Amino acid sequence: MSDIPKADELFKSIDYNPPATGWMDTPVDFSPGNWCYPAKPEKMEYMESKLPGLWGPAREWNPGEADWKLPSNWKEIVVNGFRERLKKFRTLQVFMDICVRCGACADKCHFFIGSGDPKNMPVLRAELMRSVYRGEFTVAGKILSKLTGSRVMEEDVLKEWFIYFYQCTQCRRCSLYCPYGIDTAEMTMMARELMHLVGLNTNWIMEPVSNCNITGNHLGIQPHAFKDIVDFMVDDIEEVTGKRVKAPLNEKGHEILFITPSGDVFADPGIYTFMGYLMLFDEIGLDYTMSTYASEGGNFGSFTNNETMKKLNAKMYAEAERLGCKWILGGECGHMWRVVHQYMDTMTGDTQWSGMTTPKSPITGTVFETSAATKMLHITEFTADLMKHNKLKLDPSRNDHLRVTFHDSCNPARGMGLLDEPRYVIKNVCNNFFEMPVGTTREQTFCCAGGSGLNTDEIMEIRLRGGLPRGNALRYVQEKHGVNTMACICAIDRATLIPLADYWAPGVTITGTHELVANALIMEGESERTMDLRQEPLPGFEDAEDDWTPPNMEDA
Amino acid sequence: MNALYSLLFVFLLVLIPLFGVDAAHMRTFFGVCIPTTAFIIFLLGFVYKVITWGRSAVPFRIPTTGGQFKSFDPVLFPQNKLDCPQTGAQTFFRMVLEVFAFRSLFRNTAVSLHEGKDHPVVAYKSSKWLWLFAITFHYSFFIVALRHLRLFLEPIPFFVNGLEFVDGILQIGAPVMYLADVGLVAGVLLLLGRRLINSRINYISYASDFFPLFLILAVALSGIYMRYYAKVDVIAIKELTMGLVTFHYVVPETITVSFFVHVFLVSTLMVYFPFSKLMHFPGVFLSPTRNLPNDTRAKHHVNPWNDPKIKAHAYADYEKQFGVPMAEVGLPLDNPENGKAPEEEA
Ligand code: SF4
Ligand code: SF4
Repeated sequence: MSDIPKADELFKSIDYNPPATGWMDTPVDFSPGNWCYPAKPEKMEYMESKLPGLWGPAREWNPGEADWKLPSNWKEIVVNGFRERLKKFRTLQVFMDICVRCGACADKCHFFIGSGDPKNMPVLRAELMRSVYRGEFTVAGKILSKLTGSRVMEEDVLKEWFIYFYQCTQCRRCSLYCPYGIDTAEMTMMARELMHLVGLNTNWIMEPVSNCNITGNHLGIQPHAFKDIVDFMVDDIEEVTGKRVKAPLNEKGHEILFITPSGDVFADPGIYTFMGYLMLFDEIGLDYTMSTYASEGGNFGSFTNNETMKKLNAKMYAEAERLGCKWILGGECGHMWRVVHQYMDTMTGDTQWSGMTTPKSPITGTVFETSAATKMLHITEFTADLMKHNKLKLDPSRNDHLRVTFHDSCNPARGMGLLDEPRYVIKNVCNNFFEMPVGTTREQTFCCAGGSGLNTDEIMEIRLRGGLPRGNALRYVQEKHGVNTMACICAIDRATLIPLADYWAPGVTITGTHELVANALIMEGESERTMDLRQEPLPGFEDAEDDWTPPNMEDA
Repeated sequence: MNALYSLLFVFLLVLIPLFGVDAAHMRTFFGVCIPTTAFIIFLLGFVYKVITWGRSAVPFRIPTTGGQFKSFDPVLFPQNKLDCPQTGAQTFFRMVLEVFAFRSLFRNTAVSLHEGKDHPVVAYKSSKWLWLFAITFHYSFFIVALRHLRLFLEPIPFFVNGLEFVDGILQIGAPVMYLADVGLVAGVLLLLGRRLINSRINYISYASDFFPLFLILAVALSGIYMRYYAKVDVIAIKELTMGLVTFHYVVPETITVSFFVHVFLVSTLMVYFPFSKLMHFPGVFLSPTRNLPNDTRAKHHVNPWNDPKIKAHAYADYEKQFGVPMAEVGLPLDNPENGKAPEEEA
């Protein structure tokens, strides 16, 4: 990260004035840092063996070099794939035809706001595709060419696609403002499907995809390692609370299957959120199991093509059936929930086993009709319901050292409409909660700039630029209200917001919502809590750190 | 440059009937053939395009949600029924507001960067200009178009008369000035100005963005010229237009050239319409991010091309691959055989 400019330098470099050359004549920057590394050939070979025909030739290639080693008939493949998708997706067909280039979406994209690059305006991003649509598929476009913004598919065009459709986090903020609801995120998905057909992909997406398929989770954690990690967390929980919680894995005959993004199993600070789930479930005596086979909620397939999205999603119902679970509870994850909410039942509803029922909280008796079809409930809905019925003993003062704000993740916010539940949960466990400025939260939330497979370090500068709007709103509440913690309900956010905050609002820590819940949760028979889940001293116990004795040695 | 080409092209379009009618005496051609053909092309093109859209599948429900969804507790978490509709009726109202009030555009904000005291500031302020320009333009256009019904219907429907009365209520000048005429010209000029002056919008504008604006401006100006300056023979025009709709074609001699210019420009607009971005008008009704209820978790929907052959990686294979280490850490196995290390088998 050494060659990344300082925050104020980067800020000064942003220029919203478009270049002198027209966008079709402005060359694309292929220098390293502008693109993610392509997938390793063995990953592609594996995926080709599982879903043949979707991936193009597996090969070593480098976006920085002139020759991308495309198949000789690449143009035919892309154009035919385009034509096919125009019939399969009304979104694509309609959105190709009706944009009026009013520019209402132009300054809504965080990548444009942070870079000033006109091709990061959603309207131009989609024009990269629309121009080809006009040139290849419409009579008017064929006759009038450049004047009407049309061009034919060329290698340069495809290369431009690769850069800019991997500079879109599919956050849909642009769609909210477009008078016709044109969703550039959807265009990005289509463009990525087409690029995959000729083997243009990124390793940070393809390796997780292939891992998810083999091991069940994107990190490739094998079942025994997964169990080790969970056991380790159970130990840590015991250290903090004096209680040994249950963490059932792959057990048959439980009512509920719990699935969370595997980021929560692996990385700091997600693990604290995971510990939070375990403590909560143990405390209320939930009849549940987790699974190592379905150990990834995040669907990396949604960054490639709908076939892969479906294949990875299908394991959720498959595992519910194998284990005999009646419904599924889902952890804090962004794109997992976009897929669960908008695609799951349509794609894999027919594979649901007959024993599944509409989620019903065994603790409060609430029946969640909102998820009657998918049989899958978001954990903040579940926990909010517990809180509403006073089923949890909570001591919010344990979070008094935290001044908390909430980052709406794009997917639950604009792909689902889940806005109030997480806030309700947080406010029940924290005394100091502050909203970021209007226009940067709820449905207008700004992306963490690392979603949809961009959470990788080789494009760190682009991520930090894209992170400007979120970071700036955070900086605002940091100064105004002394906010020192940003909560979220997405595992990718928990990873990407850390460098973002370090850069734009240094001093703010990132946390999952259920980490806060667990810190405030008074567990039956727990020992006095002197530290939080991160094993940092709670307010009032700061000094105890020096002469602290492990709970099990106190009597000795 | 794109703007200049478009302007030039519209000038050419004006010249065609100007010379055509006088020089070549092609009054029937410009008065009957051209508008009739244009109308047919418009109709067929419009229908063709909408059918193309309709035949394209809607595999997934992907409404953009602009507010809180319907929750398990409607009191604690009140649903934003308009921006996150869950029923057909709610979706209908979302669409009505979208179509008649340009609601999404009303949300528009403008971003700006500032040097703060000790750190940069990104500011957003409400920006309703585009909404204002667009709504002025579209409503004026709509009213003007409706007013023209008086030429094609006999008897003239009461609402057309009513509309005319309201539209001319200020009673300025003779013949009375219509507000919608002013609105239309102003709307076009504002939208044009925006495209010319705002560098970012200018950057994304093609000739095909300027052309329809210039064309509509020319249509409006030629209409205004006819009505306020040339004072054309309206009775004769009505004779012609009624002839068009009843298929009894007549082209009265008293009709002057300004009318043919107007009709030719309108015809061009009709022909151009189905092949251009002007199709955003029917398109807004078909946008899957707006016209679907957000109920995918509650209701099953069918994807017509769903491929049932795509299945999850089988658990049995997974257990075969990882059975041994799973058994070692005590994870339950479906098939205990999988837990045996290969050498034990021997
Ligand atoms: S807001 Fe919609 S119509 Fe306007 S330029 Fe953007 S995508 Fe096109
Ligand atoms: S979906 Fe998000 S990242 Fe992509 S163009 Fe729209 S605003 Fe930008």
